[in-house]
Amino acid sequence: MLFAKSKPSLIVVIATLLVFSLVVTVLSEGYGTGVLSTSFIKTLGKTLCLCLAALAMDLVWGYAGILSLGHMAFFALGGYMIGMWLMYARTAEIVTTALAGGGLPATPAEIQDGITSQIFGVVGTSELPFIWGFAHSFPLQMLLVVLVPGLLALCFGWLAFRARVTGVYLSILTQAMTLALALYLFQNDSGLRGNNGLSGLQNLPGLSSTSQDSLSIWFFWASAAALGLAYLLISWVVSGKFGSVIRAIRDDEARVRFLGYSVEGYKLFVFILTAVICALAGALYYPQAGIINPAELAPTASIYLAVWVAIGGRGRLYGAIIGAAFVSLLSSWFTGGRAPSIPLVFGTLNWVDWWQVLLGLSFVLVTLFAPKGIGGLFDSLAGLHSPNRRGAPLGPNDGSLQEKEALK
Amino acid sequence: MTALLEVSGACVSFDGFRAINNLTFTIGPQELRAIIGPNGAGKSTFMDIVTGKTRPDSGSVMFGEKSTSLLKLSEAQIARIGVGRKFQRPTVFEDQTVTENLTLALKAARCPWRVLIWRKARADVARIADLAAQVGLADHLARKAGELSHGQKQWLEIAMLLAQEPRLLLVDEPAAGMTPAEREHTTALLVDIAKTRAVVVVEHDMEFVRRLNCKVTVLHEGAVLAEGSLDHVTKNQQVIDVYLGRGE
Amino acid sequence: MRVLPFVLAVLAWMFFGAFATVQADTAQSVLTTNTALVERASRQTIAPVIAALVESGDEMVPAILEAWADKRLGLRKADGVYLLIRAEGDNYATRSLDGQDLGLAPKSDITELKPNAGVRGLIATALVQFNLSSKDTAKRVAALDSIATDPNADALTPLRASIENEPDTALKDRKQRLERLLTLRFDPDSAARVAAIESFGTDTQLDLRAALNPLLSTKRVAVEGAAPEGANIANTLKIDEDITSNQAYGQLVDASLVPARLTVADQRAALLANLKDGVVGGLPLAKLNTQSARDRAYTALETQGLARVAATENEIAATLAKYQFFDIYDERDPAVTDAARDALRAIDQNVGLMRAADLGLDGLSLASIYFLAAIGLAITFGVMGVINMAHGEFITIGAYTGYVVQQWISDYTISILVALPLAFAITFGLGVAMERLVIRFLYKRPLETLLATFGISIALQQILKNIFGTQARPLTSPAWLDGAWMLNDVVSISYIRVAIFVLALLFLGVFLWIIKRTRLGLEVRAVTQNPTMAASMGINPDRINMLTFGIGSGIAGIAGVAIGLFAKVTSELGSDYIVQSFMTVVVGGVGNIWGALAGATMIGGLQKTIEWLNPSNTLAAQTYMILFIILFIQFRPRGIIALKGRAAGD
Repeated sequence: MLFAKSKPSLIVVIATLLVFSLVVTVLSEGYGTGVLSTSFIKTLGKTLCLCLAALAMDLVWGYAGILSLGHMAFFALGGYMIGMWLMYARTAEIVTTALAGGGLPATPAEIQDGITSQIFGVVGTSELPFIWGFAHSFPLQMLLVVLVPGLLALCFGWLAFRARVTGVYLSILTQAMTLALALYLFQNDSGLRGNNGLSGLQNLPGLSSTSQDSLSIWFFWASAAALGLAYLLISWVVSGKFGSVIRAIRDDEARVRFLGYSVEGYKLFVFILTAVICALAGALYYPQAGIINPAELAPTASIYLAVWVAIGGRGRLYGAIIGAAFVSLLSSWFTGGRAPSIPLVFGTLNWVDWWQVLLGLSFVLVTLFAPKGIGGLFDSLAGLHSPNRRGAPLGPNDGSLQEKEALK
Repeated sequence: MTALLEVSGACVSFDGFRAINNLTFTIGPQELRAIIGPNGAGKSTFMDIVTGKTRPDSGSVMFGEKSTSLLKLSEAQIARIGVGRKFQRPTVFEDQTVTENLTLALKAARCPWRVLIWRKARADVARIADLAAQVGLADHLARKAGELSHGQKQWLEIAMLLAQEPRLLLVDEPAAGMTPAEREHTTALLVDIAKTRAVVVVEHDMEFVRRLNCKVTVLHEGAVLAEGSLDHVTKNQQVIDVYLGRGE
Repeated sequence: MRVLPFVLAVLAWMFFGAFATVQADTAQSVLTTNTALVERASRQTIAPVIAALVESGDEMVPAILEAWADKRLGLRKADGVYLLIRAEGDNYATRSLDGQDLGLAPKSDITELKPNAGVRGLIATALVQFNLSSKDTAKRVAALDSIATDPNADALTPLRASIENEPDTALKDRKQRLERLLTLRFDPDSAARVAAIESFGTDTQLDLRAALNPLLSTKRVAVEGAAPEGANIANTLKIDEDITSNQAYGQLVDASLVPARLTVADQRAALLANLKDGVVGGLPLAKLNTQSARDRAYTALETQGLARVAATENEIAATLAKYQFFDIYDERDPAVTDAARDALRAIDQNVGLMRAADLGLDGLSLASIYFLAAIGLAITFGVMGVINMAHGEFITIGAYTGYVVQQWISDYTISILVALPLAFAITFGLGVAMERLVIRFLYKRPLETLLATFGISIALQQILKNIFGTQARPLTSPAWLDGAWMLNDVVSISYIRVAIFVLALLFLGVFLWIIKRTRLGLEVRAVTQNPTMAASMGINPDRINMLTFGIGSGIAGIAGVAIGLFAKVTSELGSDYIVQSFMTVVVGGVGNIWGALAGATMIGGLQKTIEWLNPSNTLAAQTYMILFIILFIQFRPRGIIALKGRAAGD
């Protein structure tokens, strides 16, 4: 870990993550004192997954300058892929048990029919859609968790980058891709149960006797481990010459081309890598959420991802984690109705109704006055300052760093 | 002598305006060449054609011994087969250190996988230090390029160009914004480089061109007006009319 | 064949005569004779009585029938005489069936006849023939309507008879048309029917299609050996081409020609019934977890005679080979079905063309909606390079402005006229405020602008939700915009959409006028092309940017009022249009009003075309449209109408 020396933040982040996980375990219902409820553990586990997605977003936007408004689509796709296995295998268990009660042992065809009617009765389909062909096998479906979002990112990225679509055009195009995917999944004949989505994902096949208290901790640890590993991987990716190249692409991609680097190749590489990381994050998130439906692919979800990164401070990996954790935990606190209402002269300020207004406006303020976001606090603690460039950004590209975002 | 770069019959037009009009241009493997011409003569467009930024409507651009056509290659591919370009305004990566800038330019594999696992060898460190010393930036290796002065950025860019080890250098107004001493240094450097590779210098400053002491090509309205030594072309009546005659 | 009606009439007379034992002269006598049937009138039994009433020739019959249907016919309990009655307090005002006033009678003396809906229907049908020649135009129209909704053979003769003396030419046309429609279905003469079918020519109206379609109804039959004698065969079906062998066998089962196939459930039941000591048909229970094992066990049961012998695949094939399958027209006359088929084919072709025209209109109206929604964006994004994610919320605010104005001004026309400028003013103000407070600090930073305006967008959306709630608010259009402009049965366009189209054209005109003909437009163009230069010429770029952004936002407000007239006004109204609006601008080409127009036309037309190809699924249409756009960007990254050359700034 040579590069760890140049990145003190790496050790801090990994250590924090480790300590946090241990503390949470000790306080959990499943393995500890039970101070933290299982649903709260699940919220924490989900937050770690969102941090993982934000980390990927920071790589693609903060480092490579591609403001993708479609990474939550990859996240949801990952969730759908793992959800297919969870739902299929779990339904298979139930159906087999039910059929065994009928006197004769069930034939494969009967089990298949039972599963199909259980899963697809709600959308009126009587045949198992072909995309469920691998749903019976965990390894194959796990492969799809990586392959499906990866291939989508490959096709989309190849088309978009090859045509040299950049800046806001690319953002709009990724947003359109997300919308197209969401609309497709909303159809009943998409093969993924239309707007019903996949449900019951919190029950692991073969583990019906294990309580949710234990499962929540398992998933919490898996999420924490994934976040830690991804942090290591991404730190390594951005630390060397590769990181140098993608930051150069962010600030001035035309110049990078004249140095002989194929900008499209690098963008595609980063786009696919981050899409796959998001998909894995989604595959860990949705078993904790229990349900996934096409509303999860709403284009705004992906914009929120960018918002978290911006609030945390883009171009700093720890910033992405802080931003995602801070905003999503605060969001669930405010919208969960736990925040106390504030009585005012003209009425009561109910946070459930007004939190989003606060979020929106504070986001505008962060963009205007604190482009470094929360990460900027750490910079000033570490005594780092921005270069004085009289207001000029660091490169001609839309995605380049602003003067106030950069560090000396 | 076989030519390194051979542009023939190139035409480019923007919305009906002919920026390059049947241009033919040849340069040998170890040659220094200056291109002069009034504004709008097509100097920048010529460089755009060679580096792949602009595709000509017709004509051919051949490079190297195997006469590779540059028309089918992307900018990055053209850069990889050995064409380097220095822009008029210094363009370096301002958010990165001088070392990082030079590392980026250093001749090495360019594909993402190889770059990902690339680690700096001792030879690379030495080469970077060498280049930095050559352009007087040895003391600034750890500084962010954005903090350098205008002249230092020019030097950094020239060093990056050298780090690429191109076979053909296209240099756009290298002396702009430099002190007389720095110009002296630049001239010496360019002449020195041209001993091992081809260098094309686009320049406005006649004094600078004279000091380069090389063959000169005069462009006008997208075509070659005259070619030869500076004394030869400055005696050419047409050149005087379109260019020198305008009170240079 | 002309003899046939006569024969039928005689038969009918004999039939009715059997019931009405005495040849009746008056309505009273007919009713009295059939009192048993009249008192317990039901749809099945009353027809002959009504027919006899009609046959009687009593001129009061129409009035009596109407009274009967209206529950104004009564039966005097004392002597079984029928009376026309009208309730007056506890009494009935009574009249005899020939119209003479008989004064009041207590309600208890008279049984009120209460025909059920079925009987009333029969009465109405019988009344039709009287009403067809009624002096009252409204009654004649009602009679025609009644025939048109429920065409039947009985109406043909009275309808024909009534045409001659019809004074109203429009009604006469209608009667003639209806007569032909009835003729083609019910005339006993084949040639007359074919002539009637052919008389319609290229007519594509719905009633004609409704009349022709029943002529081509078919029934599927399985026949052993040759085709049935004299049947009008529509299709000879080949197994595995036209129908699957399963369907064919199912057809035979339905016709009770062969026993049903063994289903999985039956097999299961048979196996379970014969389960002894965990063994069935020689196989242990645990082994029966595959279909082939179960089949083997069942075969074993068959051979032991313990289960019904089920057909094997080979036997089924052999059975099917013995049968032929046909679709047979219910209409027996081939000349008629041929004519009807040809006519329908011609109609389908015509309808197809008109559908295309209708689709064109739909596409145009969708395009004008997108254009309206996108024109403000085209200005802010195209001219200033600013991405405004809150544009959708400006549209919403426009729609809500319309709603609020309607709460104050009840006249819809005036309220819309007030709402349009008010919406412009409000969103203009908001746009200017946003530009001054946020956007001007972020020029040249389009991605940051995108995110900042997204923040504003979610804040505005939530504020609107807090004020107006989540349910849809009505924004009602003025009455003169209700309804649709019907060109014919197929091609129609609602007036609201026409109005939106006009509004879109108006905006295009106004925008072009501002940009090309006014000082402001000149300054806007100058700032767009070179802000520094423009500033040195004495133009204040700040002011121009502010105005441009304000105008772009203001137009979004007006578009909101227009969109609110036909869409549900909720706080999410605008966000439904925002992605499409961006697409419109990107596809069309940035920095150019014609680009927005071209983009809107393409996206609107494309979406409708895809919907037409796959009409069941509008979601899929949007999906494919977006995919197409992503591909389109490949070939024209700068949009349909792109700035070329050095001005594009590449």
